[in-house]
Amino acid sequence: MKPAPFDYTCPATLAEAIALLAAHRGEAKPIAGGQSLMPVLAFRLAAPKILVDLGRLPDLGGILIEEDGVRLGARVRWRDIERDDRLRRAHPLLAAAISHVAHYQIRNRGTVGGSLAHADPAAEMPGIAVACDAEFQVAGPSGERTVKAADFFTGPLSTVLAADELIIALRLPPWPSGRRWGFEEFARRRGDFALAGAACFYDLDGAGHARSVHIGIIGACTRPHRVAKAEALLEGRVVDEAAIAATAAAVSEAVDPPDDLHASAAYRRALAGTLVERALRRAAA
Amino acid sequence: MPIRFEVNGKLVEVEVEPRTSLADCLRHGLRLTGTHVGCEHGVCGACTVIVDGVAVRSCLMLAVQAEGSQIRTVEGLSDDHALSPLQAAFRKHHALQCGFCTPGMITTAHALLSEEPDADAARVRDVLSGNLCRCTGYIPIVEAVLEARAAYQAQDKGDRK
Repeated sequence: MKPAPFDYTCPATLAEAIALLAAHRGEAKPIAGGQSLMPVLAFRLAAPKILVDLGRLPDLGGILIEEDGVRLGARVRWRDIERDDRLRRAHPLLAAAISHVAHYQIRNRGTVGGSLAHADPAAEMPGIAVACDAEFQVAGPSGERTVKAADFFTGPLSTVLAADELIIALRLPPWPSGRRWGFEEFARRRGDFALAGAACFYDLDGAGHARSVHIGIIGACTRPHRVAKAEALLEGRVVDEAAIAATAAAVSEAVDPPDDLHASAAYRRALAGTLVERALRRAAA
Repeated sequence: MPIRFEVNGKLVEVEVEPRTSLADCLRHGLRLTGTHVGCEHGVCGACTVIVDGVAVRSCLMLAVQAEGSQIRTVEGLSDDHALSPLQAAFRKHHALQCGFCTPGMITTAHALLSEEPDADAARVRDVLSGNLCRCTGYIPIVEAVLEARAAYQAQDKGDRK
């Protein structure tokens, strides 16, 4: 379908963009790559009065790799992450997860900030943000604030972002070398939205026990989340087959997946456990 | 609102509504009907064009967002006299039947091979997974793209000299 009519503006500064969003009180939508928003407009699931294009705002791009972590500017595209060789060492989980995002053409325009703001429960970037305890840098009319990933997503396509706020950047905590990790997802066609996905990582202490266990789930949920019960089960244990099986079972029990035409809730529940099992096996290998 | 961009090497100015997709602007505003519109929501890849060197879905981009860009459509990938390497390979391998998806396949493959002339079969399959073909099947399409690599590799070597 064609989108409903709207006005369009392409401001040159962040302050101007935020002022425009504030002036239109929820009737304006920001657009960057548009890879999530354009289908929403085409289906007329949203009919904003005006689009505020972020395409000409300075300083929203850029991948910074520093002592205190990886900073992804909001307008960094999947293509930029995919082609940044430094990230494979600085954040291998991010690089692996992002290789699953959508298809070639979409990867050339889709952005980090757009995916986070769109908040699809099956999307990889929100899942990695939550699994890694990332922080969102958000700008609004009264200045900037920082939001923890665990607090950012409130439900399917829903976040704490106000109508006049913009994501500026995502900051992922540093990734220690030697960290064990695995990322697994299942989609019917590579590049499509995952029916479920799992991001798992932990560090090993001197005795070979798992420490700081993180298990994040996408797809089999209404918002990306960590599975505290399963993490606690694995914490301090040797990651062997028995521990992996117990952790995977705990994940299947803990998740609350949607039931839709793509897959039943029961299937997604089982799949989430299986993917955690595979991710942990990969991490332990 | 009026917008200006370059299409296939020619600067154009065209009047569009803000909601007009780049695909509709190319087809209706500029009569470049080689770009096909299949699903209109970013699933089928038929409308793929090359914007500032990278393949994008022109149904997922507003025409107004193309202001100042350089765009190549399928019309800009051949000179009307001889078949381009991709066209020749598609013909040789029977990589099309109804032809609806073909412009998207050709623009996608051209963007890929221009950037990655050594792309292997797995990479070609991965990239073409974003372009739906419902009649030929992918085997001849992948074969055609792999065969066309030679021309892009030669071009790449020439550029480096």
